[in-house]
Amino acid sequence: MMQKEKGVLAWLLIALAALFLLVMLVLPLVLVASEALSKGWQTYLKAITEPFAVKALGLTLEATVLAVLSNTIFGLASAFLLTKFSFRGKSLIGSMIDLPFAISPVVAGLFFVMLFGRMSPLYPFLRAEHIAIVFAVPGIILATVFVTFPFITRELVPVMEAQGRDEEEAAATFGASGWQIFRYVTLPNIKWALVYGVILCTARAMGEFGAVSVVSGHVRGKTNTLPLHIEILYNEYNFTAAFAVASILVILAVLILVLRNLAEGRQRGDSHDS
Amino acid sequence: MKAKKWLAMAAGLLMMAGVMAGCGSDAGSSGESADGQTFLNVSYDPTRELYQDFNEAFAKKWEAETGEQVNFTQSHGGSGKQARSVREGLEADVVTLALAYDVDEIAATGLIDKDWMTKFPNNSAPYTSTIVFLVRKGNPKNIHDWDDLTRDDVQVVTPNPKTSGGARWNYLAAWAYAEKKYNGDTEQVKGFIKKLFQQVVALDSGARGATTSFVQRGQGDVLVAWENEALLSVQEDPDKYEIVVPSLSILAEPSVAVVDEVVDQKGTRKVAEAYIKYIYSKEGQEIAAKHFYRPRDEEIAAKYAAKFPKLTLVTIDDAFGGWQKAQKEHFADGGTFDQIYEKH
Repeated sequence: MMQKEKGVLAWLLIALAALFLLVMLVLPLVLVASEALSKGWQTYLKAITEPFAVKALGLTLEATVLAVLSNTIFGLASAFLLTKFSFRGKSLIGSMIDLPFAISPVVAGLFFVMLFGRMSPLYPFLRAEHIAIVFAVPGIILATVFVTFPFITRELVPVMEAQGRDEEEAAATFGASGWQIFRYVTLPNIKWALVYGVILCTARAMGEFGAVSVVSGHVRGKTNTLPLHIEILYNEYNFTAAFAVASILVILAVLILVLRNLAEGRQRGDSHDS
Repeated sequence: MKAKKWLAMAAGLLMMAGVMAGCGSDAGSSGESADGQTFLNVSYDPTRELYQDFNEAFAKKWEAETGEQVNFTQSHGGSGKQARSVREGLEADVVTLALAYDVDEIAATGLIDKDWMTKFPNNSAPYTSTIVFLVRKGNPKNIHDWDDLTRDDVQVVTPNPKTSGGARWNYLAAWAYAEKKYNGDTEQVKGFIKKLFQQVVALDSGARGATTSFVQRGQGDVLVAWENEALLSVQEDPDKYEIVVPSLSILAEPSVAVVDEVVDQKGTRKVAEAYIKYIYSKEGQEIAAKHFYRPRDEEIAAKYAAKFPKLTLVTIDDAFGGWQKAQKEHFADGGTFDQIYEKH
């Protein structure tokens, strides 16, 4: 009896979800694709191989790779710390790590401008050493690191918490070194959660606009990431080019989604095994 | 006990590695921004096409004269926002902003000499423009003058005077009109401006954003815009838009300046000064005129006279006592814009 009622309701919900997805996701994607190709393949190829677009893609990839790298290392370390030890202030550290989720990216960007910009007490020193941070590439990387900071930790903590610390302690009593414990006990357990975290982190890093927009000087070929370049093109009446470049981001995003689903499947498989 | 110690050490090491990796990556990339001779012109929103052309022409000339290859780059955004970036450390060799006040703001930090206005002819404003209306083809809402912008059935698009230079010219042009209409009765003028801003449906942060709202997103019935921006839109799409010239507007004088502290540090003063002088040259003026800026040079102005409608123009100095005063009265916190915009 329950089964039948659930049937109708389920279909209604599915229809609703499908409609929502159609309007919110499928339609915009179709629009991006059709706008991008509205003047033919030639124009499309020209737009995405234009030097400034290529530079912007390079910068986006650079910031993404560096952000994912440093956040992977930090995420592993912090998740390890938060789950395998008890110490005073642990919950404080835990919530501090979540801060970038709660803070608007614009505020994060302004924070870096305050810290490293001309108004900052640090500025005379930076200037003398010829170190440019904000309105230069390092600022963009820093901003990207900041906004993508919690992803990996947040993916790892639940898995590691569920695991407990028995295995690590057992390894330690058998005389395993810290590195050995990490390499042969901890890492295999969290492998897929880590991959999942890295993928989410990558997706977020590539698309970041707000924080990067504040610390970038919007100089073409120098401090323009792909999302910023799209905005510039759009504002220059280059609508076709804007959508063509946007389509690169969309393609990357779809790739990441596919990877994400694969990783999610493996992660579930793993937890069933153990 | 021992296990804990090991684990703590492992975690500590990893954390350190993370921090070091972070630092390392920064150091690695900061070197990049120093390579090659680059020159940055930080400008306001609608000058994108103008300086793209101008940079190309100047780069050729500079290379022919000195043999130096300079990579000219440009950055665009709302004038106030761009001034803020320069104040906060964006290393511009020159700034070409929408109005004198934004250059003054940079000068206040010591980056630009306080007498910047006297360094180049015409108060360091090499070209001028004015504020006009852009409406949909055929002018379906019958918009002819500022009064029509306060009608209930008219939706207005203008950028935000707090961040956009063009928007401040817009605001003052409307103000000058209302002041004349009400014989200087401030309360009535404020009422007029307040009504106008009640009709505003999109308040973007820069002039170009406002244009895209009107053109691409189809918002509003009238765009209050830079004349150059309006003429550009009509050129892009002559079948969809037309320009309405109001009975009275303001003479907009976008300012240019060399950013002294930056060029002295980078050693680019010579090229920066030559760059600005080139805007005043016949070639530079011609490029400006082609991009719908009113040239200062009389000969070039005469050549392009047909492009620019004649209308009554008030100046910022005569009508408002200069930018410092106008900024304080109208756009500073608690100024007339805040007063009329809060009381919605």
